[in-house]
Amino acid sequence: MSNVIKVGMAELNTVCPPDTIRTSGLGSCVGLVLYDEVRLVAGMAHVMLPSSSLCRQDRPNPAKYADTAIPALLHCLEVEGARTFSLKAKLAGGAQMFSFSTGNDMMRIGPRNVEAIKEKLNQLRIPIIAEDVGGSSGRTIEFDPQSKKLHIRTVNQGIKEI
Amino acid sequence: MDFLQRLKPYHLDVLKEIGNIGAGHAATALSQLLNKTIEMSVPAVRIVSFQELPEQVGGAETEVAAIFLRIEGEAPGSLFFISKIEDIEKIVRQLTGITSFQLQSPPYHEVGISAFQEIGNILAGSYLSSFSDFTKLSLQPSVPGFSVDMAGAILSYGLIELSQVGDSAIVIDTQIKELDGDEEQMKGHFFLLPDPDSFEVIFSVLGVGENE
Repeated sequence: MSNVIKVGMAELNTVCPPDTIRTSGLGSCVGLVLYDEVRLVAGMAHVMLPSSSLCRQDRPNPAKYADTAIPALLHCLEVEGARTFSLKAKLAGGAQMFSFSTGNDMMRIGPRNVEAIKEKLNQLRIPIIAEDVGGSSGRTIEFDPQSKKLHIRTVNQGIKEI
Repeated sequence: MDFLQRLKPYHLDVLKEIGNIGAGHAATALSQLLNKTIEMSVPAVRIVSFQELPEQVGGAETEVAAIFLRIEGEAPGSLFFISKIEDIEKIVRQLTGITSFQLQSPPYHEVGISAFQEIGNILAGSYLSSFSDFTKLSLQPSVPGFSVDMAGAILSYGLIELSQVGDSAIVIDTQIKELDGDEEQMKGHFFLLPDPDSFEVIFSVLGVGENE
Protein backbone atom coordinates (compact mmCIF):
# COMPACT_ATOMS: atom_id res chain seq x y z
CA MET A 1 0.00 0.00 0.00
CA SER A 2 1.60 3.26 -1.07
CA ASN A 3 0.88 6.64 0.42
CA VAL A 4 1.10 10.11 -0.99
CA ILE A 5 3.09 12.43 1.22
CA LYS A 6 1.77 15.98 1.00
CA VAL A 7 4.01 19.01 1.10
CA GLY A 8 2.23 22.29 1.87
CA MET A 9 3.22 25.84 1.05
CA ALA A 10 6.62 26.66 2.57
CA GLU A 11 7.18 23.08 3.74
CA LEU A 12 9.57 20.28 2.85
CA ASN A 13 9.60 16.52 3.29
CA THR A 14 11.27 13.33 2.13
CA VAL A 15 9.97 10.11 0.60
CA CYS A 16 11.04 6.50 -0.08
CA PRO A 17 9.33 4.00 -2.44
CA PRO A 18 6.60 2.86 -2.73
CA ASP A 19 5.30 6.19 -1.44
CA THR A 20 5.13 9.28 -3.63
CA ILE A 21 5.42 12.93 -2.69
CA ARG A 22 3.16 15.70 -3.87
CA THR A 23 2.49 19.42 -3.62
CA SER A 24 -0.60 21.20 -4.97
CA GLY A 25 -1.33 24.63 -6.36
CA LEU A 26 2.12 25.91 -7.27
CA GLY A 27 1.79 29.39 -8.70
CA SER A 28 4.78 31.64 -8.35
CA CYS A 29 6.15 29.13 -5.87
CA VAL A 30 8.59 26.49 -7.08
CA GLY A 31 8.42 22.79 -6.29
CA LEU A 32 11.94 21.42 -6.08
CA VAL A 33 12.68 17.69 -6.05
CA LEU A 34 16.08 16.30 -5.12
CA TYR A 35 16.60 12.55 -5.45
CA ASP A 36 19.31 9.93 -5.07
CA GLU A 37 19.01 7.65 -8.08
CA VAL A 38 20.74 4.72 -6.44
CA ARG A 39 19.40 4.80 -2.93
CA LEU A 40 15.89 5.71 -4.12
CA VAL A 41 15.22 8.44 -1.66
CA ALA A 42 13.80 11.81 -2.64
CA GLY A 43 12.83 15.08 -1.05
CA MET A 44 10.56 17.91 -2.09
CA ALA A 45 10.42 21.57 -1.05
CA HIS A 46 7.69 24.11 -1.81
CA VAL A 47 9.68 27.36 -2.06
CA MET A 48 7.84 30.70 -1.88
CA LEU A 49 10.55 33.36 -1.91
CA PRO A 50 13.97 33.67 -3.54
CA SER A 51 16.09 34.79 -0.62
CA SER A 52 16.05 34.68 3.17
CA SER A 53 17.39 38.23 3.12
CA LEU A 54 13.76 39.26 2.44
CA CYS A 55 12.84 37.81 5.79
CA ARG A 56 11.71 40.03 8.62
CA GLN A 57 10.95 37.20 11.01
CA ASP A 58 12.85 36.27 14.15
CA ARG A 59 12.85 32.56 13.51
CA PRO A 60 12.57 32.07 9.77
CA ASN A 61 11.12 28.95 8.29
CA PRO A 62 13.99 27.58 6.14
CA ALA A 63 11.65 25.78 3.70
CA LYS A 64 10.20 29.09 2.54
CA TYR A 65 13.32 30.56 0.91
CA ALA A 66 15.30 29.17 -2.02
CA ASP A 67 18.69 29.78 -0.43
CA THR A 68 17.81 28.07 2.86
CA ALA A 69 15.39 25.39 1.62
CA ILE A 70 18.04 23.57 -0.41
CA PRO A 71 20.51 23.09 2.48
CA ALA A 72 17.63 22.11 4.77
CA LEU A 73 16.39 19.58 2.23
CA LEU A 74 19.93 18.22 1.79
CA HIS A 75 20.19 17.71 5.52
CA CYS A 76 16.89 15.80 5.65
CA LEU A 77 17.96 13.65 2.69
CA GLU A 78 21.30 12.81 4.31
CA VAL A 79 19.46 11.67 7.41
CA GLU A 80 17.44 9.36 5.14
CA GLY A 81 20.64 7.92 3.64
CA ALA A 82 21.02 9.92 0.43
CA ARG A 83 24.52 10.95 -0.67
CA THR A 84 24.96 14.54 -1.79
CA PHE A 85 27.24 13.65 -4.73
CA SER A 86 24.63 11.43 -6.37
CA LEU A 87 21.72 13.82 -6.01
CA LYS A 88 19.83 15.04 -9.05
CA ALA A 89 17.21 17.80 -9.25
CA LYS A 90 13.90 18.35 -11.01
CA LEU A 91 11.86 21.48 -10.62
CA ALA A 92 8.51 22.92 -11.64
CA GLY A 93 6.56 26.08 -10.96
CA GLY A 94 7.62 29.71 -10.95
CA ALA A 95 4.71 30.85 -13.08
CA GLN A 96 3.53 34.40 -13.49
CA MET A 97 -0.19 34.08 -12.84
CA PHE A 98 -1.02 37.72 -13.36
CA SER A 99 0.72 40.27 -15.49
CA PHE A 100 0.88 43.80 -14.22
CA SER A 101 2.57 46.81 -15.64
CA THR A 102 3.17 48.41 -12.24
CA GLY A 103 6.77 47.28 -12.28
CA ASN A 104 6.49 45.96 -8.75
CA ASP A 105 9.34 43.52 -8.37
CA MET A 106 7.22 41.31 -6.13
CA MET A 107 5.04 40.48 -9.11
CA ARG A 108 8.01 38.89 -10.85
CA ILE A 109 8.50 36.55 -7.94
CA GLY A 110 8.09 33.35 -9.99
CA PRO A 111 11.06 33.86 -12.32
CA ARG A 112 13.13 35.16 -9.39
CA ASN A 113 12.42 32.00 -7.40
CA VAL A 114 13.56 29.86 -10.31
CA GLU A 115 16.77 31.88 -10.77
CA ALA A 116 17.60 31.66 -7.07
CA ILE A 117 17.09 27.90 -6.96
CA LYS A 118 19.22 27.32 -10.06
CA GLU A 119 21.99 29.46 -8.65
CA LYS A 120 22.01 27.54 -5.38
CA LEU A 121 21.95 24.16 -7.14
CA ASN A 122 24.81 25.29 -9.34
CA GLN A 123 26.84 26.27 -6.28
CA LEU A 124 26.29 22.84 -4.79
CA ARG A 125 26.99 21.10 -8.13
CA ILE A 126 23.63 19.35 -8.20
CA PRO A 127 22.60 18.79 -11.86
CA ILE A 128 19.10 19.73 -13.01
CA ILE A 129 17.76 16.79 -15.01
CA ALA A 130 14.43 18.29 -16.01
CA GLU A 131 12.36 21.39 -15.42
CA ASP A 132 8.97 22.83 -16.26
CA VAL A 133 9.02 26.44 -15.16
CA GLY A 134 7.48 29.78 -16.08
CA GLY A 135 4.32 30.25 -18.06
CA SER A 136 1.12 31.50 -16.50
CA SER A 137 -0.51 28.34 -15.18
CA GLY A 138 -0.69 26.83 -11.74
CA ARG A 139 0.78 23.36 -11.33
CA THR A 140 0.29 20.35 -9.10
CA ILE A 141 3.28 18.04 -9.02
CA GLU A 142 3.89 14.53 -7.78
CA PHE A 143 7.22 12.68 -7.71
CA ASP A 144 7.68 8.95 -7.68
CA PRO A 145 11.12 8.05 -6.26
CA GLN A 146 10.91 4.57 -7.83
CA SER A 147 10.44 5.68 -11.46
CA LYS A 148 12.08 9.10 -10.83
CA LYS A 149 9.29 10.69 -12.85
CA LEU A 150 7.73 13.99 -11.96
CA HIS A 151 4.04 14.21 -12.90
CA ILE A 152 2.85 17.73 -13.58
CA ARG A 153 -0.79 18.66 -13.84
CA THR A 154 -1.97 22.04 -15.08
CA VAL A 155 -5.53 23.23 -15.46
CA ASN A 156 -5.52 23.64 -19.23
CA GLN A 157 -2.67 21.54 -20.49
CA GLY A 158 -3.47 18.24 -18.82
CA ILE A 159 -0.81 15.99 -17.32
CA LYS A 160 2.77 15.65 -18.38
CA GLU A 161 5.76 13.76 -17.12
CA ILE A 162 9.36 14.92 -16.89
CA MET B 1 4.01 37.61 13.18
CA ASP B 2 4.49 39.08 16.60
CA PHE B 3 1.87 41.78 16.10
CA LEU B 4 -0.75 39.04 15.97
CA GLN B 5 -0.21 38.51 19.66
CA ARG B 6 -0.92 42.16 20.37
CA LEU B 7 -4.23 42.17 18.50
CA LYS B 8 -7.32 42.68 20.62
CA PRO B 9 -10.83 41.58 19.71
CA TYR B 10 -11.78 45.17 18.83
CA HIS B 11 -8.99 45.26 16.26
CA LEU B 12 -10.59 42.31 14.52
CA ASP B 13 -13.96 44.07 14.72
CA VAL B 14 -12.51 47.06 12.93
CA LEU B 15 -11.24 44.78 10.16
CA LYS B 16 -14.67 43.12 9.97
CA GLU B 17 -16.25 46.51 9.50
CA ILE B 18 -13.96 47.15 6.53
CA GLY B 19 -15.12 43.85 5.01
CA ASN B 20 -18.71 44.75 5.77
CA ILE B 21 -18.65 48.18 4.16
CA GLY B 22 -16.50 47.08 1.24
CA ALA B 23 -18.50 44.03 0.28
CA GLY B 24 -21.74 45.91 0.96
CA HIS B 25 -20.90 48.49 -1.66
CA ALA B 26 -19.67 45.82 -4.04
CA ALA B 27 -22.90 43.84 -3.59
CA THR B 28 -24.97 46.96 -4.32
CA ALA B 29 -22.97 47.60 -7.47
CA LEU B 30 -23.37 44.03 -8.66
CA SER B 31 -27.05 44.11 -7.85
CA GLN B 32 -27.53 47.20 -10.04
CA LEU B 33 -25.46 45.67 -12.81
CA LEU B 34 -27.44 42.43 -12.91
CA ASN B 35 -30.73 43.82 -11.67
CA LYS B 36 -30.89 40.94 -9.18
CA THR B 37 -31.01 40.55 -5.44
CA ILE B 38 -27.55 40.08 -3.97
CA GLU B 39 -27.09 38.88 -0.43
CA MET B 40 -23.95 39.17 1.58
CA SER B 41 -22.66 37.21 4.53
CA VAL B 42 -21.50 38.55 7.86
CA PRO B 43 -17.82 39.16 7.27
CA ALA B 44 -15.31 36.93 8.91
CA VAL B 45 -11.81 37.88 9.92
CA ARG B 46 -9.59 34.87 10.23
CA ILE B 47 -6.01 34.28 11.07
CA VAL B 48 -5.09 31.35 8.87
CA SER B 49 -1.94 29.50 7.99
CA PHE B 50 -0.86 29.52 4.35
CA GLN B 51 -2.18 25.98 3.96
CA GLU B 52 -5.59 26.86 5.33
CA LEU B 53 -6.27 29.85 3.09
CA PRO B 54 -7.09 27.89 -0.11
CA GLU B 55 -9.29 25.57 2.00
CA GLN B 56 -11.78 28.44 2.31
CA VAL B 57 -12.62 28.04 -1.37
CA GLY B 58 -12.39 24.25 -1.61
CA GLY B 59 -8.69 23.39 -1.46
CA ALA B 60 -5.46 24.31 -3.21
CA GLU B 61 -6.28 22.31 -6.33
CA THR B 62 -9.84 23.54 -6.83
CA GLU B 63 -10.20 25.38 -10.09
CA VAL B 64 -11.62 28.83 -9.59
CA ALA B 65 -12.11 32.03 -11.51
CA ALA B 66 -10.43 34.95 -9.81
CA ILE B 67 -9.95 38.66 -10.08
CA PHE B 68 -6.87 39.93 -8.33
CA LEU B 69 -5.70 43.43 -7.76
CA ARG B 70 -2.94 45.01 -5.78
CA ILE B 71 -3.82 47.93 -3.59
CA GLU B 72 -1.17 50.62 -3.68
CA GLY B 73 -1.00 53.72 -1.54
CA GLU B 74 -0.97 54.28 2.20
CA ALA B 75 -2.19 50.83 3.19
CA PRO B 76 -1.05 48.38 0.50
CA GLY B 77 -2.49 44.93 0.24
CA SER B 78 -4.10 42.40 -2.06
CA LEU B 79 -7.75 42.00 -2.94
CA PHE B 80 -9.23 38.88 -4.51
CA PHE B 81 -12.67 38.09 -5.79
CA ILE B 82 -12.95 34.34 -6.15
CA SER B 83 -15.83 32.37 -7.53
CA LYS B 84 -16.67 29.04 -9.06
CA ILE B 85 -15.97 28.86 -12.79
CA GLU B 86 -19.59 27.98 -13.61
CA ASP B 87 -20.88 30.94 -11.61
CA ILE B 88 -18.76 33.43 -13.50
CA GLU B 89 -19.77 31.82 -16.80
CA LYS B 90 -23.41 32.29 -15.82
CA ILE B 91 -23.03 35.97 -14.96
CA VAL B 92 -21.07 36.74 -18.11
CA ARG B 93 -23.68 34.98 -20.25
CA GLN B 94 -26.41 36.99 -18.56
CA LEU B 95 -24.60 40.26 -19.08
CA THR B 96 -23.37 39.81 -22.61
CA GLY B 97 -25.90 37.43 -24.11
CA ILE B 98 -23.05 35.25 -25.39
CA THR B 99 -24.59 31.88 -24.59
CA SER B 100 -21.52 29.93 -25.68
CA PHE B 101 -19.20 31.68 -23.25
CA GLN B 102 -17.07 29.21 -21.33
CA LEU B 103 -14.06 29.26 -19.07
CA GLN B 104 -13.33 25.53 -19.11
CA SER B 105 -10.59 25.69 -21.71
CA PRO B 106 -8.95 28.45 -23.73
CA PRO B 107 -9.30 30.25 -26.05
CA TYR B 108 -11.92 32.22 -24.19
CA HIS B 109 -14.37 34.53 -25.89
CA GLU B 110 -12.73 37.96 -25.89
CA VAL B 111 -15.85 39.99 -25.25
CA GLY B 112 -16.79 37.64 -22.43
CA ILE B 113 -13.40 38.01 -20.80
CA SER B 114 -13.62 41.74 -21.15
CA ALA B 115 -17.03 41.63 -19.42
CA PHE B 116 -15.59 39.44 -16.66
CA GLN B 117 -12.76 41.90 -16.13
CA GLU B 118 -15.22 44.75 -16.04
CA ILE B 119 -17.26 42.96 -13.37
CA GLY B 120 -14.05 42.53 -11.44
CA ASN B 121 -13.24 46.17 -11.92
CA ILE B 122 -16.62 47.27 -10.64
CA LEU B 123 -16.66 44.89 -7.67
CA ALA B 124 -13.11 45.56 -6.60
CA GLY B 125 -13.39 49.27 -7.29
CA SER B 126 -16.48 49.68 -5.14
CA TYR B 127 -14.97 47.57 -2.38
CA LEU B 128 -11.82 49.61 -2.42
CA SER B 129 -13.38 53.05 -2.68
CA SER B 130 -15.56 52.40 0.35
CA PHE B 131 -12.51 51.08 2.21
CA SER B 132 -10.72 54.27 1.25
CA ASP B 133 -13.67 56.53 2.21
CA PHE B 134 -14.08 54.79 5.54
CA THR B 135 -10.44 55.09 6.50
CA LYS B 136 -9.69 58.37 4.67
CA LEU B 137 -6.59 56.66 3.36
CA SER B 138 -5.40 57.27 -0.16
CA LEU B 139 -5.54 53.91 -1.93
CA GLN B 140 -5.14 53.17 -5.61
CA PRO B 141 -6.07 49.89 -7.22
CA SER B 142 -3.89 48.32 -9.86
CA VAL B 143 -5.54 47.21 -13.08
CA PRO B 144 -7.28 43.96 -12.10
CA GLY B 145 -5.76 40.75 -13.36
CA PHE B 146 -7.91 37.74 -14.01
CA SER B 147 -7.08 34.07 -13.93
CA VAL B 148 -8.81 30.73 -14.12
CA ASP B 149 -6.61 28.30 -12.26
CA MET B 150 -5.96 26.41 -9.06
CA ALA B 151 -6.97 28.28 -5.93
CA GLY B 152 -3.62 27.64 -4.26
CA ALA B 153 -1.66 29.07 -7.16
CA ILE B 154 -3.82 32.18 -7.29
CA LEU B 155 -4.00 32.91 -3.59
CA SER B 156 -0.27 32.46 -3.08
CA TYR B 157 0.13 35.79 -4.87
CA GLY B 158 -1.57 37.55 -2.00
CA LEU B 159 0.78 35.88 0.46
CA ILE B 160 4.09 37.02 -0.98
CA GLU B 161 4.31 40.17 1.13
CA LEU B 162 2.95 38.46 4.22
CA SER B 163 5.24 35.49 3.90
CA GLN B 164 8.25 37.70 4.65
CA VAL B 165 7.08 38.32 8.19
CA GLY B 166 5.34 35.12 9.16
CA ASP B 167 3.57 31.93 8.28
CA SER B 168 0.00 33.09 8.67
CA ALA B 169 -2.28 35.67 7.12
CA ILE B 170 -5.12 37.81 8.38
CA VAL B 171 -7.85 37.47 5.84
CA ILE B 172 -11.02 39.53 5.72
CA ASP B 173 -13.50 37.24 4.04
CA THR B 174 -16.96 38.27 2.85
CA GLN B 175 -19.26 36.15 0.73
CA ILE B 176 -21.84 37.49 -1.63
CA LYS B 177 -24.49 35.48 -3.42
CA GLU B 178 -27.14 36.16 -5.97
CA LEU B 179 -30.64 35.05 -5.12
CA ASP B 180 -33.26 34.32 -7.74
CA GLY B 181 -36.35 33.60 -5.73
CA ASP B 182 -35.16 31.00 -3.26
CA GLU B 183 -32.59 29.61 -5.61
CA GLU B 184 -28.97 30.38 -5.13
CA GLN B 185 -27.46 31.48 -8.43
CA MET B 186 -23.95 32.52 -7.82
CA LYS B 187 -21.54 32.82 -4.95
CA GLY B 188 -18.26 34.64 -4.58
CA HIS B 189 -15.69 35.41 -1.94
CA PHE B 190 -13.88 38.65 -1.35
CA PHE B 191 -10.53 38.17 0.30
CA LEU B 192 -8.75 41.26 1.51
CA LEU B 193 -5.18 40.60 2.60
CA PRO B 194 -3.54 43.75 3.91
CA ASP B 195 0.25 43.82 3.82
CA PRO B 196 1.85 43.40 7.25
CA ASP B 197 2.72 47.07 7.68
CA SER B 198 -0.77 48.19 6.68
CA PHE B 199 -2.44 46.99 9.86
CA GLU B 200 -0.87 49.64 12.02
CA VAL B 201 -1.83 52.32 9.50
CA ILE B 202 -5.44 51.12 9.37
CA PHE B 203 -5.74 50.85 13.13
CA SER B 204 -4.24 54.23 13.81
CA VAL B 205 -6.45 56.14 11.33
CA LEU B 206 -9.50 54.47 12.81
CA GLY B 207 -8.46 55.44 16.32
CA VAL B 208 -7.67 51.98 17.62
CA GLY B 209 -3.90 52.23 17.39
CA GLU B 210 -1.95 49.68 19.32
CA ASN B 211 -0.82 52.26 21.87
CA GLU B 212 -4.23 53.68 22.60
